[in-house]
Amino acid sequence: MDTNRREALKSAGAWTLLTLLPAAGWLKPGAAAAQAWNKGAFETHAMDETLKALGGSAPTQSKDIAFFSTPDIAENGAVVPIGITSNVPKTESIAILVEKNPNMLAAIFDIPAGTEPSLSTRIKMGQTSNVYALVKADGKYYVASKEIKVTLGGCGG
Amino acid sequence: MADPMKIRANLVGDSTEVKVLMNHEMETGQRKDSQGKTIPAWFIQNVKVTHADKVVLAAQWGPAVAKNPFLSFKFKGGAKGDKIFITWTDNHNDTRTDEAVVA
Repeated sequence: MDTNRREALKSAGAWTLLTLLPAAGWLKPGAAAAQAWNKGAFETHAMDETLKALGGSAPTQSKDIAFFSTPDIAENGAVVPIGITSNVPKTESIAILVEKNPNMLAAIFDIPAGTEPSLSTRIKMGQTSNVYALVKADGKYYVASKEIKVTLGGCGG
Repeated sequence: MADPMKIRANLVGDSTEVKVLMNHEMETGQRKDSQGKTIPAWFIQNVKVTHADKVVLAAQWGPAVAKNPFLSFKFKGGAKGDKIFITWTDNHNDTRTDEAVVA
């Protein structure tokens, strides 16, 4: 068990170093790292934390956001299809959040002008939970939710 | 190097419908192996789709995206024979780009 602790410490150390290096400007982000990944946002456990990490304010409930091809009951939490369409004008991004996952944020999609604010993907869910579709439109946040029942969790080990 | 993506791009009306299936473990970092050791997280963090040198979709993913991720969306414009490029980058800084021709 002691080895576990060692490794945990080591990897924790490595992480700190990795996050410090770019901050200090030592590591020039390469072409591969040109796109940003919002680490802070992906480590949040509650909607308001996620919003804070994304730099947004409290979202408005919206009827203009709809789920499609999304099940009410997912037999396998490891593969849950999620489809989201936003009819909010000037939709800039769509994020998928799962309330009861270890980290709430699953994915953020930036929707440039010309791309339809509608997409589908597949996510993992540890257990029955509310799934939120968080839409950023014209600088404001809008949200819609749907409960998906999971009969077999996707995070088992 | 990871396996290639399966990409389909079809013209539907005046939009191009893109469907991608990527090959990736998407390990969450939450699971443990038979010895009780945590399996380190390994997942795609960034996805970028471009058409005619223009980004038509950019995504940031966490480990909660399912294994062998699927993604489908539509963008306006595009013509038969156009090329689209899809690039992903994972948390090991491994990256892969595949292209498809709009049909």
